[in-house]
Amino acid sequence: MLGLNSKDTKFLLIVIFLTLATPILLQPFPEGSGMAQFNAGYPDLMQRFAIYGIFAIGFNILFGLTGYLSFGHAAFLGIGSYSVVWMYKLLDYNVIWGLPLAIITSGIFALAIGFISLRRSGIYFSILTLAFAQMSFALAYSVLTPLTNGETGLQVYRSDKQVLLGATEPTSPHFFGIVMRENFWEPSVGNWQFTFNNGYYFCAIIAILAFYLSLRIFRSPFGMMLRAIKSNQQRMNYTGLNSRPYTLAAFVISGMYAGLAGGLLASMDPLAGAERMQWTASGEVVLMTILGGAGTLLGPVLGAGFIKYFENIFSKINDNVLHTWFGFLPDGIEDFMVTIVHPFVGKGWHLTLGLLFMAVVIFLPGGLVELGQRVGRLFRRRDINSADAEAKAAKQRANTPAE
Amino acid sequence: MSKSNFTRRGLIRTGAASGAALAMPSIFTGAAWSAAHSGYTNAPQGDTVTLGFNVPQSGPYADEGMDELRAFELAVEHLNGEGDGGCLATFSSKVLDGTGILGKKVAYVTGDTQTKSDAARASAKSMIEKDGAIMISGGSSSGVAVAVQGLCQEAGIIFMAGLTHSNDTTGKDKKANGFRHFFNAYMSGAALAPVLDKAYGADRKAYHLTADYTWGWTQQESIQAATEAIGWETVNNVLTPLASTDFSSYIAPVLNSGADVLVLNHYGGNMVNSLTQAVQFGLRDKQVNGKDFQIVVPLYSELMAKGAGANIKGVFGSTNWSWKLQDEGTQAFVRSFGTKYGFPPSNAAQTCYAQTLLYADAAARAGSFNPCAIVEALEGYEFDGLGNGPTLYRAEDHQCFKDVLVMQGKENPDNEYDALEIVEITPRAQVEYAPDHPMFAGGSLGECNPGA
Repeated sequence: MLGLNSKDTKFLLIVIFLTLATPILLQPFPEGSGMAQFNAGYPDLMQRFAIYGIFAIGFNILFGLTGYLSFGHAAFLGIGSYSVVWMYKLLDYNVIWGLPLAIITSGIFALAIGFISLRRSGIYFSILTLAFAQMSFALAYSVLTPLTNGETGLQVYRSDKQVLLGATEPTSPHFFGIVMRENFWEPSVGNWQFTFNNGYYFCAIIAILAFYLSLRIFRSPFGMMLRAIKSNQQRMNYTGLNSRPYTLAAFVISGMYAGLAGGLLASMDPLAGAERMQWTASGEVVLMTILGGAGTLLGPVLGAGFIKYFENIFSKINDNVLHTWFGFLPDGIEDFMVTIVHPFVGKGWHLTLGLLFMAVVIFLPGGLVELGQRVGRLFRRRDINSADAEAKAAKQRANTPAE
Repeated sequence: MSKSNFTRRGLIRTGAASGAALAMPSIFTGAAWSAAHSGYTNAPQGDTVTLGFNVPQSGPYADEGMDELRAFELAVEHLNGEGDGGCLATFSSKVLDGTGILGKKVAYVTGDTQTKSDAARASAKSMIEKDGAIMISGGSSSGVAVAVQGLCQEAGIIFMAGLTHSNDTTGKDKKANGFRHFFNAYMSGAALAPVLDKAYGADRKAYHLTADYTWGWTQQESIQAATEAIGWETVNNVLTPLASTDFSSYIAPVLNSGADVLVLNHYGGNMVNSLTQAVQFGLRDKQVNGKDFQIVVPLYSELMAKGAGANIKGVFGSTNWSWKLQDEGTQAFVRSFGTKYGFPPSNAAQTCYAQTLLYADAAARAGSFNPCAIVEALEGYEFDGLGNGPTLYRAEDHQCFKDVLVMQGKENPDNEYDALEIVEITPRAQVEYAPDHPMFAGGSLGECNPGA
């Protein structure tokens, strides 16, 4: 179906199901229970999962396939956001104008930056992209203040032109009248409350399309060429093949993905800040990809979800919450436990994430996807009786590229 | 010709299916949910009301953020009738009685703004969408305050600004759902200029280093206008990125510029670094144009003074409030804060404490948590007993008007909390301005938004 073989079709269908069922899957604990703290099924976070998923999928096309580690992808994220907010300011709140522009402008920037940076590979390439991203950040932060509104962030004011704005049009981002901020269904089953948000489903559908496109790229001859560049670029050059157009194409495609993600960020929340372009944001997408599993299709999405979950859920656990958790213990032990856990939650979420990242890199070099595969292998082993066949099968599986 | 196949079986099947489909929403829409919507976003359910405290726990303003959080916790304690009640006893309005707000116990959630607009909005959104916060307070940077205020306006939530000093918060970027208790850059300039005139004379040349964002810009504009009005000359204004920690390259040119005063429009960690480096460069031992070189820090805080240590001796600045004030409200607040945490509160803490009580009081007086009712209760509200003397919440721009303090770094501090002394309490009349003052022009409050 859709130019995919049956295995990939099944894979795509699973991804579509998971994406569409996210509002239910992320809300496993009933309201009012102590565990409700860990629910993540609220619109803002779900939107972020989908958007950063797109960002990481795009980054993976470059890093996962060609092995070129770009350390400046956040620049495209920022460019996408600024494009969309400017369209709000000039035309109206319909995201239909901004999103294509976000993809086009980030594509142009990616072409320029990639054209220069791709003259080098390895660490030099990373440093060049980092330099460009920091330049973009500095420009957005202070030099181009009239265009970007500096540190305050670009916002829409009542005094803005908005030439297409109709009298009855919503005054927040919408897609032909479907307001992103609004929820179209808020059912509650028992104590469980679910939120089905317009914005999330808008992002989710785009994320599925983005995922499908990346799946096609992975399976295409072009994708094979990119993999070849990763495994041995020198040999490719010696055979008389010019690999630069391929890497440049991969760079521009992944830049456009990043621009789309940035545009979607601004579509959910009409504000674009310069800090979106800072090097920490570029580093974040590298972490997402490696944490989830570089070069795999689903890995970067998992990594993105993992990091955003920590950032938004763990950072909100304060001492007050800890005291309710450990409230059943005697006073002395309660305070002791709170003291122990305190550095790892709240503002210490970076620490927890860092430790997990170390654990993943050391024990699961293939990222979270490898964890899934290992668990899967554990269960699948039972269906084969012969020890010989089992070893053979396991070996075969280990050799097939991880997807 | 259209051909339709109405069979008995098909009709029953379709009827049953559509009936079930129609019934679905009413099955899912439980009693708890339908009651949740009583005309405004996040109407409190059950016997608690949730407030969201969104403060920087990392980044250049992290110290201020932690102090704000302490104040919020204290305010919640007092509202719930725990602790010694603090300012509830001294507050001019007596509707708060330590039983929560409108009989609902006050609960709160916290978040980290990271001193970034993006992160702050994400955190505020999760408070609104996930935790059902009815009010958001906090923030220690005007950039963040402006961003979060905009979000609260869109979402239909009240925003009680914490430490934000930019003119824009209640000027160009003012919003109907946002309120600011803290003073602003214009007031700092108006309060400082006469004191500077008296101390340093009218013939001075000033060099400005300015944090490059909304607060820095308006702070610089205000202090420049105020000092030029007393006859000072402005030599140069250099913008520095908020994220910078090393200011030596900005300070070196000051020496050769012919200026004899350095105005540091920096705050928090920035100011600690720039002031320390300026002193290390020997600026304060210099003689320029036959006069001693001076440094001015328009916006002070106790935490910055603590961080800068001996470098702030003799340096002038302004604050919103000081724990050394002798009025009843201040003493009550300092006493309960000191008892709980063992040291005096900063003025960031005081404004957050006051804002929380003001919100609670407005809800109690209005008899509702509806944002529009709260806006009505706070607009043009006169109160006293929270530490700054008689104060007015002006209806035109949601800015508080009260006395402003001019402070100076103390020569011989007794301890690290005693680094500043009060030079002058500038009366409210001297720092007042018209709502359409040019520095505040260009925005409009709009309509109060109660949300869904």
